[in-house]
Amino acid sequence: MIKISNLYKSYDDLEVLKGINLNVSKGEVLSVIGSSGSGKSTLLYCINGLEPIQQGQIIVDDIDVHASDTNLNSVRQNMGMVFQQWNSFPHLTVLENVALAPRIVSKLPKAQALEIAEKQLRHVGLGDKLSKYPSALSGGQQQRLAIARALAMEPKCMLFDEATSALDPELVGEVLDTIRLLAEEGMTMICVTHEMGFAREVSDRVAFFHEGVIEEINQPEELFGAPKSVYLQKFLSKVKK
Amino acid sequence: MESSSTYFSGFSLNDLWYLGEAALRTLWISVLAISIGSVIGIFLGLALSVSRVVAFTLGTILDIFRSVPLIIQLVLFFNFAPIIGLRLNPFEAGLIVLIVYTSCYVANVARGGIEAVGQPMRRAARSLGMNYWQDLRYVVWPIGLRAVFPAWVGVALGVLKDSALVSILGYVELLKASQILMTRTQEAILILSIAGAFYFALSYPISYYATRLEQRWSQ
Ligand SMILES: Nc1ncnc2c1ncn2[C@@H]1O[C@H](COP(=O)(O)OP(=O)(O)OP(=O)(O)O)[C@@H](O)[C@H]1O
Ligand SMILES: [Mg+2]
Repeated sequence: MIKISNLYKSYDDLEVLKGINLNVSKGEVLSVIGSSGSGKSTLLYCINGLEPIQQGQIIVDDIDVHASDTNLNSVRQNMGMVFQQWNSFPHLTVLENVALAPRIVSKLPKAQALEIAEKQLRHVGLGDKLSKYPSALSGGQQQRLAIARALAMEPKCMLFDEATSALDPELVGEVLDTIRLLAEEGMTMICVTHEMGFAREVSDRVAFFHEGVIEEINQPEELFGAPKSVYLQKFLSKVKK
Repeated sequence: MESSSTYFSGFSLNDLWYLGEAALRTLWISVLAISIGSVIGIFLGLALSVSRVVAFTLGTILDIFRSVPLIIQLVLFFNFAPIIGLRLNPFEAGLIVLIVYTSCYVANVARGGIEAVGQPMRRAARSLGMNYWQDLRYVVWPIGLRAVFPAWVGVALGVLKDSALVSILGYVELLKASQILMTRTQEAILILSIAGAFYFALSYPISYYATRLEQRWSQ
């Protein structure tokens, strides 16, 4: 589903990704952990084509994302992305937030776009907020709104970039529950996360990023239970504190 | 100017018409300058937000136009235009300078609006598959406009008032008409009060409508 080979990415002089090789198969949930600045967000931006790459290849669903003849806008329709900041469109109601992209990007008739939007909002448990504005929602609700907005494009995979780290602790649970629900439904996902418990429980595999390379990747029991890399051991002991 | 052919030296009803007509000319040149200047300014604002190199060079040019007093720009342009082969009447010359002046201010306002929307919001829009123009049209425009609308209204009202300076080129707008009448009637206070009332009558609907719009948005 997602095949990354020999990926290099720099911002000007700063080399951030230094040779990433990674395959994510259909229906797999991969969590990405690692310390701040190790390049986790950058990886997601590259997969999504929001950042150009210097070397290597990213294939998503048989399309080479960074090939010059690739239409990034249509690639992105197959890939939902949820950011740390929920970025709800403040001038639109909850329902319109979700219906906007189906209407203008997928060019669906308005009624159909609204129908899809309503379905996805119920899916994430916001069925009773349709006509509210985002400013009337809690952070957790806005993050679920962002998830619904991405799902409304009926993506084949989802990328989560620390979807819960800007939330108050008591709101983290509801968002994780929503992501868990998607995992159970078989959505292919890459989740950058600081929630080790979540990574352990939901993921099929966990990748540990360190200074722009995948230092260790394994099933959660092994990766958390018997970390091989010294950096990972250090990282985990710091997180546990 | 037919009305002044009666050599009546007191202030007459005709003179009121004359001022009213001049107010319409003020309105006309301002509306043109504000609308054309705003469109140009928005594109300049977009250009400013594209890259640092553009922002620096273009920003410097805009700074020059913003720092040189409008009256000097008007006189300079009106006198230099013929040298480069442009034969312009006072209205045309004044309008061009006002448009440039408006665009420079609107460019900054527009850049502020784009910055208010922010990169993360725009990335979220693009991640949904929106192209550059859809992002601008459906996300940046509505959100940015709400953020900087009061600032834009301020620019528009400023241009309306500053358009009085075009009078020094000889274009008979509200201020010039008042001066003509003052010379003839010697009733400066009365005429300036009327002219002031006209300026107020032109500005008030803008502020009123703007406030209403802001109230509606903030709900
Ligand atoms: N647009 C940018 N321009 C220049 N440097 C950047 C840019 N975005 C990120 N960086 C740098 O790239 C490095 C990796 O950043 P990235 O955001 O991918 O890290 P991260 O692993 O997601 O960290 P965090 O856990 O803090 O989110 C950092 O050193 C960061 O400063
Ligand atoms: Mg990050």
